[in-house]
Amino acid sequence: MKTLICALSAACLALAATLAVAADKPTDPQIAHIAYSAGVIDVEAAKLALSKTKNPDVTAFAQSMQKDHEAVNDMALALVKKLGVTPEDNPTSRALAKASEEKRAELGKLDGAAFDKAYIDNEVAYHREVNGALETLLIPSAQNPELKSLLETGLKLFQGHEQHAEHVAAGLK
Amino acid sequence: MTALLNRRQLLAAGAAVLAGGTLARAHNGTVHVTIDKLAFQPAEIEVKAGETIEWTNRDPFAHTATVKGGWEVSIPPGKSATHVVTADDSVDYYCRFHPNMTGRIKVIA
Repeated sequence: MKTLICALSAACLALAATLAVAADKPTDPQIAHIAYSAGVIDVEAAKLALSKTKNPDVTAFAQSMQKDHEAVNDMALALVKKLGVTPEDNPTSRALAKASEEKRAELGKLDGAAFDKAYIDNEVAYHREVNGALETLLIPSAQNPELKSLLETGLKLFQGHEQHAEHVAAGLK
Repeated sequence: MTALLNRRQLLAAGAAVLAGGTLARAHNGTVHVTIDKLAFQPAEIEVKAGETIEWTNRDPFAHTATVKGGWEVSIPPGKSATHVVTADDSVDYYCRFHPNMTGRIKVIA
């Protein structure tokens, strides 16, 4: 499992290692926490981008990230409430949060075209990483069928984001 | 009519139509495409010039029907949007925000 996840992106070894921590089958409350945390991280990145970028394509992308991830996290909150599941903090969620804080600090020092490129490149890598974790670990581990179904919708959504980010990245070059 | 059918029945009907090899056809000049869980359903439609395509977005996410180098229709979450078909509208289209969502329009005489 660890090899598989690492192979997904050499550029994100730190993140890959953090996700591999959960390789011994996370529970549903942990999966819910990891998926929700991953969404919050991308909303925070989008807010940073909206405060810095002047590029219309990057702005449109960041607005879409903020709205989509907030919407899917609202769906997740509604589902855990309905199921009576309490999302459970875990080492993977904490490692994700730490890695994203470091990334945000790094991006915060950049401006203009350098920021745009670094933000979009990170969005491509981040979505690829999260999608890899969803496909190989989180979806197969999920026990509740409704949680599994929501994760599958999330995967389709984030695969769309990955392609959107790739389109924006191609336009920045 | 749609109010009498639940979504599963509609999907089953749609699947049966697709299985029969017949693409969705217009009724009363409007062809309906539903967007649910990041998919255009049906993905392929046959229309005549002058007919209307109506997309209904059941997702909580904003989508578009975008033709590369051509027109674009915005379809907000929970809303519908339309496009009137012209003779040169045999096209592939996608969602600008989620390019993994794709559809095809074929204009027939």
